[in-house]
Amino acid sequence: MAYPTTTMLNGWIDGIGVLGPGLDNWAEAQATLTGAADYEPRPIMVPPPVALPPPERRRVGLAVKVALAVAQEAIAAARLDAKHLVAIFSSSGADGDNCDAICRVLASEDRHISPTRFHNSVHNASAGYWGIASGAMTPATVLCAYDGSFGAGLLEALTQVAVDGVGTLLVTYEAPHPEPLHAKRPLPAAFGLALALMPQKGPNSLARLQINWVEAPLDRVANPGLEALRRQIPAARGLPLLQALARGRAGRVILEYLEPLRLAVDIQPCR
Amino acid sequence: MTPVHLSHFTVSSCLGHGLDAILTALRQQRGGLAPCRFETVRDLDTHVGEVPKVDDFPLPASLAEYECRNNRLAFLGLQQDGFSSAVEAAIARYGRRRLGVLLGTSTAGILQTEQAYRRRDPNTGALPNDFNYRTTHNTYSVADFVRRWYRLEGPAVVVSTACSSSAKVFASAARMLAAGVIDAAIVGGVDSLCLTTLYGFNSLELLSAEPCRPFDVDRKGISIGEAAAFVLLERPGESLDANAVLLLGTGESSDAYHMSAPHPEGLGARMAMAAALRSAGLQAADIDYINLHGTATPSNDAAEGKAVAALFGDRASYSSTKGATGHTLGAAGGLEAVISALALQHAFLPGGINTLHLDPAIPIQYLTANSELAPRRVMSNSFGFGGTNCSLVLGRAG
Repeated sequence: MAYPTTTMLNGWIDGIGVLGPGLDNWAEAQATLTGAADYEPRPIMVPPPVALPPPERRRVGLAVKVALAVAQEAIAAARLDAKHLVAIFSSSGADGDNCDAICRVLASEDRHISPTRFHNSVHNASAGYWGIASGAMTPATVLCAYDGSFGAGLLEALTQVAVDGVGTLLVTYEAPHPEPLHAKRPLPAAFGLALALMPQKGPNSLARLQINWVEAPLDRVANPGLEALRRQIPAARGLPLLQALARGRAGRVILEYLEPLRLAVDIQPCR
Repeated sequence: MTPVHLSHFTVSSCLGHGLDAILTALRQQRGGLAPCRFETVRDLDTHVGEVPKVDDFPLPASLAEYECRNNRLAFLGLQQDGFSSAVEAAIARYGRRRLGVLLGTSTAGILQTEQAYRRRDPNTGALPNDFNYRTTHNTYSVADFVRRWYRLEGPAVVVSTACSSSAKVFASAARMLAAGVIDAAIVGGVDSLCLTTLYGFNSLELLSAEPCRPFDVDRKGISIGEAAAFVLLERPGESLDANAVLLLGTGESSDAYHMSAPHPEGLGARMAMAAALRSAGLQAADIDYINLHGTATPSNDAAEGKAVAALFGDRASYSSTKGATGHTLGAAGGLEAVISALALQHAFLPGGINTLHLDPAIPIQYLTANSELAPRRVMSNSFGFGGTNCSLVLGRAG
């Protein structure tokens, strides 16, 4: 049997969700990304996770709230039902507040940690709460590749789209760690980015993506404030892709993955 | 799916280092769980499955920044059964960029952070200078370590979905092979003992005081273990030995039910198993043995029992090998895939140990003794926190 030997993978973007400092949602972020509006960094405004039942709503931390918010935004924009989509969550550090709380208790005389703290400590808390919030019993994968987490998520998502022919929701997110972890892993702000990726072009498709890996210089974001986010937060490594999509022009962006590889994303707008 | 060849594999657990150790222990129905004396833990009445001599395998000086129990366990594991030679041969065949590293872990090197918190500066609260978050604590550190050790340049990732982590990497790698993204993959899982899981499962009241007893009517919870399991996956060559083991199908699902409790009817588990059968193009009757997730908590075993009984009834044989190895959490899927591969190659079904009185409410043929029935196709189940499920179907080539 002959197998393909290139890494070329295709998919269509049907919906986008974004949330970060000065980026409240995709509709408003587009003007900032194209330079039509100034970038005004301000504390992130996280919508409450209303899709969760009240007990779970009280238990989730900032990282999960950001993940659920962008996931919901991407699905709504694409007019898709989460119950039909595979979900891929990718985060470098997940819930740092929760990790800090557990490590403090474990370093103390009384090591009794709360059950909620413990079940929120798993890297896949976002996927678990997403399942509860959306009712989706479809597969959910949760990844980590440190600073390459966005690239790893995009590669996994487009592989699922291409091989299994299924609609796939990619959610990449990050939240800052409190001190003393912050000094060892400084993430300046929470950030989330979600893409609803489909195997075929549909009425809501925004652009066709094709990815490959290359050795080439990274694309950056012209605005210094946004570029600082890109550089400092793994989930924001996808900002050059969002900027290209906001501009609506065909082209190629080079995104960070794992040295020495970068991900080249070829973009062909649908309208 | 297109079958994938498990061209080389190894596992190290509390039963010992390498395949001979685990095969001998399984043949003798011997377990490796012992009262917990791990690290500073003195107040938990539980048994653990500690891998012997992890501390005797320091990392090579060039990768000293990755020093932590989890990466030591990984390094120990890579040195068994000629696994590294097989990786080097694959690199020679395909090139450094065509070999992926996809590993599962739940806690990576978090023990390093737990210990660093005890050494916080009394004045500033700062963590000690020698603590390196990226190379130890971070979930990705074990895949990064393995990628650096073999000087690989291809894709790498850690899947961290609690106890299904290192089963799901088989599914991810199979997709990447099918897409042509890679030509081979190092998959598996590494999870090591740490305080977070010991005290965390204790807080959920899920730790057993005695060695765990899967599917026993008096089961009282889990015994935590640790393990390093590695498998080299490749596309099958032209002529496969009859003894070769193939990954025939993978099935994944989500419970969408609760963060730390399974769907009571095992609905998500059943969906994952059915998807694995579809992926393999097989019927339930084609599966001879199922290595159960079988954690020995009352609710997990009951839910899984309902799911397998509904799908396979009494046509298949079942056991959980966690009575021998403990629940190795993020490494469990990889460990149990290797046990399933050994059952296929060595023509036996491993009986579960510690189980004295089968739960009469679970109507399945649970093996408490080894069977010499030679299986042709087996299923391995891994179901995690947050309801992330994965089932693998493995079979003999001949």
